[in-house]
Amino acid sequence: MSEIGAIADHQQPEIDPSRRKFLTVATGATAAVGVVLAAVPFVASWAPSERARALGAPLEVDLSKLQVGQMITPIWRLSPIYIVRRDPGTIDLLPKHDNELRDPKSEHSIQPPYARNEMRARRADVLVLIGICTHLGCLPRQFFDAGDPVLGANWPGGFLCPCHGSRFDLAGRVFNGSPAPTNLSVPPYDFRGQDTLIIGSEDVATKGAA
Amino acid sequence: MAHQAAGKHGYPAAARVGLWGWINQRLPIDAFLRSQVVEYYAPKNFNIWYFFGSLALLALVMQLVTGIFLTMFYKVGAATSFDSVEFIMREVPYGWLIRYLHSAGASAFFLVVYLHMYRGMLYGSYKAPRELLWLLGMFIYLALVAEGFLGYVLPWGNMSFWAATVIVNLFGTIPGIGPGLVEWIRGDYGIADATLNRFFSLHVVAVPLVLLLLVALHLVALHEVGSNNPDGIEIKEKKDAKGRPLDGIPFHPYYTVKDIVGVCVFLTLLAIVVFFVPTFGDLFLEKANFEPANPLSTPDPISPSWYFTPYYAILRAVPDQRIGALLMLIAVLSFSFLPWLDRSPVKSMRYRGWISKTFLGLFTISFLVLMYLGMRPAQEPYVTMARIFAVPYFASFWLMPFYSRIDAVEPVPERVTFHG
Repeated sequence: MSEIGAIADHQQPEIDPSRRKFLTVATGATAAVGVVLAAVPFVASWAPSERARALGAPLEVDLSKLQVGQMITPIWRLSPIYIVRRDPGTIDLLPKHDNELRDPKSEHSIQPPYARNEMRARRADVLVLIGICTHLGCLPRQFFDAGDPVLGANWPGGFLCPCHGSRFDLAGRVFNGSPAPTNLSVPPYDFRGQDTLIIGSEDVATKGAA
Repeated sequence: MAHQAAGKHGYPAAARVGLWGWINQRLPIDAFLRSQVVEYYAPKNFNIWYFFGSLALLALVMQLVTGIFLTMFYKVGAATSFDSVEFIMREVPYGWLIRYLHSAGASAFFLVVYLHMYRGMLYGSYKAPRELLWLLGMFIYLALVAEGFLGYVLPWGNMSFWAATVIVNLFGTIPGIGPGLVEWIRGDYGIADATLNRFFSLHVVAVPLVLLLLVALHLVALHEVGSNNPDGIEIKEKKDAKGRPLDGIPFHPYYTVKDIVGVCVFLTLLAIVVFFVPTFGDLFLEKANFEPANPLSTPDPISPSWYFTPYYAILRAVPDQRIGALLMLIAVLSFSFLPWLDRSPVKSMRYRGWISKTFLGLFTISFLVLMYLGMRPAQEPYVTMARIFAVPYFASFWLMPFYSRIDAVEPVPERVTFHG
């Protein structure tokens, strides 16, 4: 009390503008840093929750009942996974239309290293794709018959996206003139034995590769 | 004291007696209303185009009120949202009315906002000194776009789901950060419960707060610079001895009463839609949205609400995904640059030459045609037509610095005119 009184009774000390400016800037900067740091937990709260991450664990799929020319679409990480048993005829035809494709060698597309080949697969007879159009995320539909009336006589068989008309062959490679920028992505996967497929098996390993 | 305190324009100040006086000494309600309503002078030559500002305000209030009531019955969640909307439609007393008012109200809101913006383009209302007023209006429009999209997701119908998928994936086209950003927005590996929940929060709390703030700023800026008018004349330049604009009339009662007429017509039309054609032939509510969200079935064809389709048509017209998204963004934002693109010495289209009028006509046609094309499936001839009509759309904005400068102009009258 007496100290406060003492200061008040004295004459105002001389104002030091540079000191004042420094204190103003320093206080403001501290507040700004505080605001940024306080925003971190709020921004981070939007990331996938622990539960969502846990539900994204690898998925086991039994292929023993999958016939040639058939497709099954299990769900992994909320995405439909297209699994197609390709017949030998299709496999032979795949390299023949490379000149109509945007990225025939899959150099700009997302896939694990073992799927960066013309078949885009570990095994030529089993195609595994994320069934989500790389344009804006619709589901490409199966048009497996060559020369389909909708897609013309030259159509080798593949997928057509109903939203914006992107076309893909039976290796998920995108045709020229489609809005999709890259081939359909391939998820990380592996086989256990002849007929068991594990989707998401080496997630950690492929994150770097993608 | 009361008889001494005359207002600065010679009007008697509010009597400082009684409860009203007590309140006004502490909160200047009287003074505020007087300066902003009774003594706020608006040009006296307003025509039908000047209804849409107040109607947009009405639409905002309507959306807030109906939205508050919908929130009382809606249960957010991937498992509950769709059912709770059906519950509102079938079992809540008058729930169908509140929901249809909200869904048709969204379309009505966009309609009046588009007409309000078009009025600005018609009479050069974005030109100095109203650049910030226009820019604030553009921010309102962008907030409204976000609000419309977020609200569209909430019923969790199949079109909700796929609209969310397509729009959120647009952020994935941003180089580098895209894929991570998409996962952050969704909060999961796909559009999921987490996405729906945060969209609900944004739709009912965050964006409405931003909208209200922006609308308040829009009105403050409007009352600072004053309204433009169909002649594009600054009425503040010609004032009488008391400092009142010669071509101005008090907002109240002249325009408050006029606006009530507009409100009656607007509500009549809205009632016709709500009672007789609430889905408006797939335009206001789409068939695909009457079935629950299904991540394994894309609706065919997929198309956004009518108020987004001009931009959607541009997005689809480009074979390259990234450029398509960029052009769509530019198409939306082009309006913001009008104050600086327009180099014409006159504001109103009335006194501009044939070049400006032609480009405004081209803009009008291309916007409407693109709107139609965005509703059609992604097939020929629609894609090629979208490519063709995107050209005059962009040209009418980005060639403006050239054509607005060389265009011949007619002399602008000294005082406002009336064209009936």
